[in-house]
Amino acid sequence: METINMIEIACFVLALGTAVFFFQKNAGRIRRNIQLGRDVDRSDRASERWKIMGRVALGQSKMVARPVAGFFHILIYAGFLLINIEVLEIFIDGLLGTHRIFSGPLGGLYTAAIDFFELLSVGVILACLVFLWRRNVQRIKRFHTAEMKGWPTKDAQLILYVELVLMGALLMMNAAESQMEGSPAGPFVISQYLGFVFKGWSQDALHIAERGFWWLHLIGILAFLNYLPFSKHFHIILSFPNVWYSKLDSKGSMGNMASVKEEVEKMMDPNADPFAAPAEGAAEPERFGAKDVFDLHRVQLMNAYTCTECGRCTSVCPAHETGKKLSPRKIMMDVRDRLDEVGKNIDKNGDFEDDGLSLLDDRISREELWACTSCNACVEACPVAIDPLSIILEMRRYLVMEESAAPQELNLMMTNVENNGAPWQFAQADRLNWAQD
Amino acid sequence: MEAIQTMADMAARSEKPDVLFWVGCAGSFDDRAKKITRSFAELLQKAGVSFAVLGQEESCTGDPAKRAGNEFLFQMQAAMNIQTLNAYEVKRVVTTCPHCFNTLKNEYPELGGNYEVLHHTQFLQKLLDEGKLKVEGGAFKGRKVTFHDPCYLGRANDEFEAPRSVLRDLEADLVEMKRCKNRGFCCGAGGAQMFKEAEKGNKEVNIERTEEALDTGAEIVAVGCPFCTTMMTDGVKNKEEEARVKVYDVSELLNESTRS
Ligand code: SF4
Ligand code: SF4
Repeated sequence: METINMIEIACFVLALGTAVFFFQKNAGRIRRNIQLGRDVDRSDRASERWKIMGRVALGQSKMVARPVAGFFHILIYAGFLLINIEVLEIFIDGLLGTHRIFSGPLGGLYTAAIDFFELLSVGVILACLVFLWRRNVQRIKRFHTAEMKGWPTKDAQLILYVELVLMGALLMMNAAESQMEGSPAGPFVISQYLGFVFKGWSQDALHIAERGFWWLHLIGILAFLNYLPFSKHFHIILSFPNVWYSKLDSKGSMGNMASVKEEVEKMMDPNADPFAAPAEGAAEPERFGAKDVFDLHRVQLMNAYTCTECGRCTSVCPAHETGKKLSPRKIMMDVRDRLDEVGKNIDKNGDFEDDGLSLLDDRISREELWACTSCNACVEACPVAIDPLSIILEMRRYLVMEESAAPQELNLMMTNVENNGAPWQFAQADRLNWAQD
Repeated sequence: MEAIQTMADMAARSEKPDVLFWVGCAGSFDDRAKKITRSFAELLQKAGVSFAVLGQEESCTGDPAKRAGNEFLFQMQAAMNIQTLNAYEVKRVVTTCPHCFNTLKNEYPELGGNYEVLHHTQFLQKLLDEGKLKVEGGAFKGRKVTFHDPCYLGRANDEFEAPRSVLRDLEADLVEMKRCKNRGFCCGAGGAQMFKEAEKGNKEVNIERTEEALDTGAEIVAVGCPFCTTMMTDGVKNKEEEARVKVYDVSELLNESTRS
């Protein structure tokens, strides 16, 4: 083998190894952060879960609720999935020092496949341009609310530009090759028309250009891979498990707290000794509800890392739509940002060292929590099956059961329920009055 | 309306009704909601359904306390109610309140309360389908009606069809709001909001929803929840449209159109 070829293989292995090393390190960090949450059992009804995952994550069924965004997202998504087949060839070529290794065995089918990928990449480019248009020219409202200021907006733009570069590199690589003699592939359905860029180039120069774009594409992919754990774009990985572990019960079911159930059973049991001391060695009782990320369960924390910041939830939220501070997307972003902060704390100190901060108050205000009508519009709208409502309610539980900090009117309502069995101050004896008058 | 039987009355005669009508707190105490309660009870009587209520033995399901974050109070209420329901060996429950419906259906089973739970619009649809209730007179024939989905019936429990089916049986001209069915817009009362002032904003949720209902040009806003009834009625008043537009529960419309 030529030395130059050997050097290229070595560079490839080095690039790939570095990229994979750092990716698994950072993805591992996210995994560890998610595991800081409480245990939750969502392993039941597996066949149903696979089906939902197939439909919502793989099949993007919820994306198309908004047809324009849905269509172009599917284009990018299909492009991403299918062009990966070509990336497989790139990897094999890189490792073996071969050139278009699939072209031999596939023959005519190979040309068809490459043409298909070229068409897809044009589709992806088109979709990215449409999305940039929607964000920057059309300025769709949900992309420009308060929580999107700064990094989140840049993140979204950056991803689109990187995709454009990746697709451009792929097409230009083929364009250079379309001008080369003795190429195993081609003619290329799209890039042959881009070949004019290389008109008059020598074979050697063409070869270098082709290699150049090959490397640009490869480095682009590896860089992108390593960008994922720092971006909302991590959803391309997490949306699958996130949908799999989503709540299958009716949306209206809030779930009963097992710890409270035990207490209530003891209170209702005439044989129980109300003054009995807790059993020796009994675990410290868990905090009721959630004040910080540690009090949320793992699926809720995974939700936070899956959020695409699309804002569909916020755009349908009745509280947000009427000018209240609450935004379900912000709830998800706050959970993720706090969890990242906690993770960094652990990286630095080995164990979590109390930083005097918490999710409640330092990131999510009480005003936001009390504005929710529990209408489930956000849950219904989320394309990746995130449940912001469950977090809001869990935090209310903390406020009420640990701090007795409900708004005054709600305290009154609860006192009424406790004393009169109704949220208003009416006498139980009058319950049947409707039947008389 | 004929006399209403309680479970205790019936038990004293060693009788059991086919279905328990869970009236709910709004249905028992709120003056507007009491009318809905009576309409539904009348419909049950017209259809010859054997039913009873708990009367003074009924207590709040605990829904508003639970959604406000007070799981203790909720589970105390649930335990009490389940004890009562199970003592009467209740098998089927029907209720005019989607919040009671949701709680009884989704949250009581795990605590030991297992019943077949129906929303009154589902029950009415069945009675119509079985021919036990017959629409007569066509009081609402061709009249423009829009239906406001209660969050806890619709999105929370995926029931969008039953109330609409009843309205179609009335031969009403059913028009949909821009946001309807699984994308329906809340009236603003859920999650214990009914019992408190809203947080600071630039609009009340019920006004936003009422405007959407008015945009359809409907003369009747049909609802299926006592809290939505309040919110939408207030909204229509606020918009000074109460002379032209009325808010009615689906059962009230049906009760107007059926004879015994
Ligand atoms: S459930 Fe709460 S946060 Fe979600 S859309 Fe409704 S009001 Fe907004
Ligand atoms: S929670 Fe879901 S709908 Fe809301 S921004 Fe995140 S991904 Fe979008």
